Amino acid sequence: MFRRACPSRHLIQVTVDAETVNVEAGDTVAAALLALGKDACRTTPVTGSPRGPYCMMGVCFDCLVRIDGKANQQGCMVLVKPGMRIELQHGANALVDVLSAGRVRGTSPGNC
Amino acid sequence: MTDDAFDFAIVGGGLVGLAIAYGLVRGNQRVVILDEGDNALRASRGNFGLVWVQGKGQGLPAYSSWTQLSARLWPEFAQMLRDDTGVDVALEQKGGFQICLSEAEMRVRVDAVRQLMIQPGFETYEIRTLDRHQLQGYYPGIGPGVVGGSYSALDGHLNPLKLFWALHLATQERGAAYRPNAPVTRITRDASRFVLACKESKAVLAQRVVLAAGLDNARLAPMLDMDLPVRPQRGQILVLERLRRFMDRPIVNLRQTDEGTVLIGDSQEEAGLDDRTSTTIAATLADRAVRTFPVLANARVVRTWGALRVMSPDGFPIYDRSRTQPGAFGATCHSGVTLAAAHALALAPRVIAGDLGDMLAPFAPARFQSARRSMEYV
Repeated sequence: MFRRACPSRHLIQVTVDAETVNVEAGDTVAAALLALGKDACRTTPVTGSPRGPYCMMGVCFDCLVRIDGKANQQGCMVLVKPGMRIELQHGANALVDVLSAGRVRGTSPGNC
Repeated sequence: MTDDAFDFAIVGGGLVGLAIAYGLVRGNQRVVILDEGDNALRASRGNFGLVWVQGKGQGLPAYSSWTQLSARLWPEFAQMLRDDTGVDVALEQKGGFQICLSEAEMRVRVDAVRQLMIQPGFETYEIRTLDRHQLQGYYPGIGPGVVGGSYSALDGHLNPLKLFWALHLATQERGAAYRPNAPVTRITRDASRFVLACKESKAVLAQRVVLAAGLDNARLAPMLDMDLPVRPQRGQILVLERLRRFMDRPIVNLRQTDEGTVLIGDSQEEAGLDDRTSTTIAATLADRAVRTFPVLANARVVRTWGALRVMSPDGFPIYDRSRTQPGAFGATCHSGVTLAAAHALALAPRVIAGDLGDMLAPFAPARFQSARRSMEYV
């Protein structure tokens, strides 16, 4: 959908969902993803519908991605860096899988 | 409309006014709701969204009974709203917790529950004390500083913005007229009708009036020879990013919404009409949440807000009817979510009947006068 107006000058390597790709130094993560043809960078936590970078200026929060392990980063506000790990987001942040681990199911306080 | 007067004018389009209006239109009354605009001080948009019973009513057992009645009515009320509007307010009543972060807090909690339950006339229910191990059965991720807590099966929560939306839709669906940007400046009487003068719009005529204007009730009540002495009490809320569901049941100061957002709240400040946020309170709220669930230290805060509770001198609701102005009623409380079902299904029918009845008698503002009088003899 998007095409670069000027030819790339300085490429660096990052990973997107563990795949190594070349992106333009000086681009934001959101711009890099659009240039790679990845228009949808996440699915929403509530309905699971796809979302992609929209405002490109830090307002709409639709370009949220996981960057170097940290979820819900605004891709349009972060510049790409060599070796950066970018992951597309699916649904809500799984930060709290830790909390659910070993969960006791089917009890109620009345049975304690 | 053939007659130019409504049966009822409700002053205030928040959760309290709308819930009463909904009960009135269900009782086939012709209702107009006079509301302020988007910049109103509106507790209905800032609240935490609990349907909460546990611990309420110390000093006024009737408040616990009234709260318990509302909690019992809530499933039916939520179904009515769903039938009328298609909006699901995401009501969950699977019980709720209060968490204690020290032995001292635990002792205070256990004592408070005991004091509550031994009051004469208290309608008892079970508040179970849980130790750390029992709590871990529900929340494996609790921090090392969590000593224990308490649990009541009657507690729950819902999505308060969906409730607000549903009440707007439901009242208007059933024929209530809604007038935004119409703050009431003056209320007078013309023969048998009340005349409600509104800022920058035509006066409204109504046979009867219900004041449900939140903090503005203090100003409006004397116009109808009533006393609704309320003051603002600020609460602040931290909002975390949406997380995969990890809480089955709410904690009084920490809950996860139906859509995954985590809310942290329960601060109380006397700050006048200042509804801003402060970093000191935010830090305190965050600290308590992280001590409860250490992993939340990695979650992002996406928003904070302050809102003003509508508090009476003793913290309990006030319901009253004017002795000298027949047909004028007042209602005010700081639990517009919890009490919405009772307001619609129990209070509104009493308002239509014109007599608030024995159950609501303990909530008359006369209790403040007798307190003042007894002070004079000291």
